[in-house]
Formats: sequence, C-alpha cells, structure tokens
Amino acid sequence: MSVRSVRRGVPFSQRVVDVIIYTVLVVAAIFTLYPFLNVLAISLNESTDSVRGGITIFPRKFTLENYEAIFRYDTLFTGFKNSVFRTLIGSLLGLISASMIAYTLARRDFQGRKFVSTYLAVTMYVTAGLIPFYILIKDLHMMNTFAVYVLPGIVSAFNVFVIRSFMDGIPNEIQESAKIDGANDFTIYWRIILPMTKPALATIGLFLAVGQWNSWFDTYLYNGSSEHLTTLQYELVKVLQSTTNNSGDYRSPNINQVASTVSPDSVKMAITIFVSVPILLVYPFLQRYFVKGLTLGSVKG
Amino acid sequence: MKAIPESNASMVVRSESKLGRFVRRAVQNRYLYLMSLPFVAWAFIFTYYPLWGWLMAFQKYNPRVSVWDRQWVGFKNFQLLFQDETFYLVMRNTLAMSFMSLIAAFTIPIVFALLLNEVKHMVFKKTVQTISYLPHFVSWAVVAGIVSKMLSTDNGAINDLLMWVGILDEPVQWLAKGQYFWGIVTLSDIWKETGWNAIIFLAAMAGIAPELYEAAKVDGASRLRQMWHITLPSIRPTIIILMILSIGNLINIGFEKQFLLGNNLVVDHSKVLDLYALEYGIKLNRISFATAINMFNSVVAIILLFTANGLFKRFSKESVF
Repeated sequence: MSVRSVRRGVPFSQRVVDVIIYTVLVVAAIFTLYPFLNVLAISLNESTDSVRGGITIFPRKFTLENYEAIFRYDTLFTGFKNSVFRTLIGSLLGLISASMIAYTLARRDFQGRKFVSTYLAVTMYVTAGLIPFYILIKDLHMMNTFAVYVLPGIVSAFNVFVIRSFMDGIPNEIQESAKIDGANDFTIYWRIILPMTKPALATIGLFLAVGQWNSWFDTYLYNGSSEHLTTLQYELVKVLQSTTNNSGDYRSPNINQVASTVSPDSVKMAITIFVSVPILLVYPFLQRYFVKGLTLGSVKG
Repeated sequence: MKAIPESNASMVVRSESKLGRFVRRAVQNRYLYLMSLPFVAWAFIFTYYPLWGWLMAFQKYNPRVSVWDRQWVGFKNFQLLFQDETFYLVMRNTLAMSFMSLIAAFTIPIVFALLLNEVKHMVFKKTVQTISYLPHFVSWAVVAGIVSKMLSTDNGAINDLLMWVGILDEPVQWLAKGQYFWGIVTLSDIWKETGWNAIIFLAAMAGIAPELYEAAKVDGASRLRQMWHITLPSIRPTIIILMILSIGNLINIGFEKQFLLGNNLVVDHSKVLDLYALEYGIKLNRISFATAINMFNSVVAIILLFTANGLFKRFSKESVF
C-alpha cells in the first residue's frame, strides 16, 4: 500500500541515517548484553578449562559443578532465605504505607494534606547521613536483627508521590457514590481505590522489591557479625572482596574457602548469576508498568 | 493572633465557630488521620529524628552519657575536618566522579533516546530498550563482579579486545591503577543506567505533537535538523528539572560503586565523602568527627539544591518547587 510508496520515496541520505542509527543501537545492545552472557558462559564452564581463557558467550566444556559447589555452602541458603523474606515483607509494608498515605493526600478534603505532603517532601532532600543513622539504629537496639532490613525504609516520599499522582487521575464520582452508600474512608481506600491503582502499585512494588533484593550495605553495617541474618548480596560482596582486595573487615569464612574444589573465579561468576536471576526473570514482564510509573513520578517533582 | 482587647462578642463567636468547624472536619477526617499519622510518626523517627544526631558533631560523643551531659566542643570537629588533608582529597574524588557522571547522564541517555525515538520498527525498538534496562535491575555488587571480570588480567574481555585490536601489547591491571578509577566508575555507571535514564526522555519525546515534524518535513528539514530543532527543544523542560535534581545530588554520589570497585591500591582516587565518614565513624570510632562530615555533606547538598533551583528559575520558567 502507501507504505511501499513512502519507502521508495525515502531519499538516499535518509536511508544512510537509518543504517547508522540501527548500527549504533545494535552495538549498544551488544555492549550491554555481552558481559552478562560472558559471565554466564564462564559459570557454566569447567573451571580448570576456564583458566585457559577464550570463553566468550558459550561454555566450552559444559558443567554444573560450579553451581553445585556454591549450593554446598549452607550460608548461601540462609542468605537466600533472608533475601526472599526481606523482599516480600519489605515490599508489602512499603506498598501499604505508600498507598495509604497517597490516598489521604489525594483526598482534597483532607485537612492535613498540605502539612503531610510538605513534611514528606522535606525527607526527600534533607538527610542526616550515615553516621547519625547508624547511631539511631544502635540506640533502638536494631543491630543484629532482621527488623533493620524492613522497618527503617517503610515510608518513602518518592513512592507516595508516584502513587498519589496516579490516584489523582481517578474520577471523584466513584468515591462520592460509595460515601453516599455509607462506606468509611478506609473502606473506600481498600475496596475501591486500591484495586484501581494496580498499575502504580505494580511499579512501586517492583522498585521496592528490587531495592530490597539488591541491598547489601545494611547487612554489612548492621548485621555483619550475625551469620544467620546474612543476605545473598552480602555473600556475593564477601566473595568478591575476598580476592580482589581487602578493604573490608570480614569475620566469617567465605565461600571460596568452603568451595575450594573449583577456582574462585568460576565460583564468583556462578554466584553473580545466581544472585541476579530472580530479578532478570521478573523485570521484562513488568516493563509496561515501570515505564508508566517512572513517567508519573517525573511529573511531580 | 493577639488577644482581642475588648470583649467583642461577634469575634468570639466567629473564632469559636472556626475552631468548631476545624474539629468537625477533623472528626469527619478521622479515618484519613488514622491512615496517615502513624506513618508521619514513623517518618519522624527514621528521617527527622536522626537530624537531632547532628548535635553530636558539636560534642564529644560518649554513648554512655545522654545528649545533654556530653561535653560541648563547639566547632572543633569542623576545624579538624577543614584542616585534614584527606578531606580535600576526598572532596576532589567526590566532585570529580560526580561531574563525570553528571555529564555522562545528560548526554549519553539523551543521545540514546534520540536514536531510539527515530526507530520505526517496533519490535527492534522494544528489544533494544528491554536489553538496555537490564543492568539497572542488578545490584552494584553484581555489577562490580562483572566489571572486575571484564577488566581482569586473566582473560578479561576488555584486555582481550584491546590486545586483539592491537592497542595494548600486554594486559593492564585496570583496577589496580588509581588514574583509571574515575573513568571505570563513570563507564560502569553509563553501562548500568543509560537505558533506564533514557526512559524519561523517551516518554517526553513520545508526547511531542506529530504535526511539528510534519510541518518541518514540508519545509524540507532533514532528520538531524528535526532532532535538533524539534525533539531536543521539546524535551528541554524535562532535562532542566532532572538537572536541578542532579545538581542537588552532586555531593551525594553514594559510595557503593567506590566501595565495591575500589581497593587499597587506588584508595587515593576512590575514597568519597561517605566512605571517609564510614572509616572515621565505624572503623576508628570517632563518631563526632564522622557526624561532622555527614553534616557538612547534607548542608552543602541543600545549598546546592536551592542554588540550582534559583538559577534555573531565573534563566527559564522551570523549577522543582
């Protein structure tokens, strides 16, 4: 149809521009993807063979022994369990708090609206810093507890504002009719508004879950000496730091000593992949949500 | 309000009814209050209350004594801070990496978004975009693992590639040389965040009215000219707002990358403000001094944010608040 005629009408210079654009984008995609594939290939290759080098994106001598080696390490399992729990609990608490506050801020008749939104906005820009926060955690006796993973971050102003701007788009009439039927504000939030906010909740839920899954610093700082509270990311950090450098003070034995049957490099690669897999499995399916959520967040500063 | 000098009956009635109205509305809003006040209190504990801890910067910290009974030392910790040579080294590192990543974050994602915006083939566009976000979702710990593997001297991809092309004769220990550290951090940042940062620019580009491009085409403007004269000016407000926020964060660059990619050999280039505070506060147990570092950091950040906002308000009509 007309598409073809338009094609033919495209001047040569435009087609050159197209070729350049596609080439640059393909190269960018390769640069992004190659390191992952390379690490994956090394993790699936016999470690004695990997030392010879030359592995690109396919394993040369396929094996699962590197993964077997890391799974023999009990602490990794503990870390996995803690990471899963903190991700589930932390995201759930974060979603409840952000959506509740957001609902009250989206209600134009709420007296405290202006105060609460300014109060939260301030927390986005003013932070006390690492050390005062550390002292607070210490004073609250939250060192060496699981609670330190989920409690401090429950209220996040950014998340509240993203959900609020989504709720602002929900027509008021829906709430009015529920009110006439005698529903209280909590019921309206829970039964009517929350189900309609699903796309925003999915976005924020993803952000929260990724944040929880990926954090390691709180484990290092607050729970470094309690092995039963370790997380996957912290185990990865320990493994990485153990051979590349020694800037940290690590008390517990690390995976390299336990899994000495395979080379440290292969173990590192296997654990790197293991730690990233859950997130990589989830994110492509939530893409349409986070693109929308991020755009919403940018509208409100 | 000042007390009313003479009993003015109508005024009293009015102010009473004002209070009455407030109470009545508060009662009406009771569920809304119940839904927000607990979280307001929560945020107080974990974000406002630690600000109180800044007092430690003016005291001699002693965990066994209450805030009021500690010895006051005035600005001594700040004097020590500004006399410490390491502080200037740390500031240099912080600002250098900060500026490098700021420049990278406002050029590369915009170019990437511009190019992607020109792609009409939807499957290709979607695929490239999905790949581009991928590194955003993995932790800095994972990225550090990948980067150190790529840069390693035993069969690391970068050394292999550069030797294959003929730029290098023998592998370089990239992570052991201070002069490369800032570049490595910036490149890792570009690798991790370009796709993610481009999302906002792409969304802004999607909102541009197609008539603008059609009119330009009628006038015979080339693709490059259209990008330059239509696409870029149209996303200017977005760029400006994001830039204000970034300038406010110029000094808060975090420390994860530097912590994970750095090592004792490159510490002169990798130590940033937070790592400096961490070292004094946690390792050396000089809490008051470390608090002074954090306080300096936060105060400068707030000043920067207001300055950036003010400047942009003057030069354009955009501002964050």
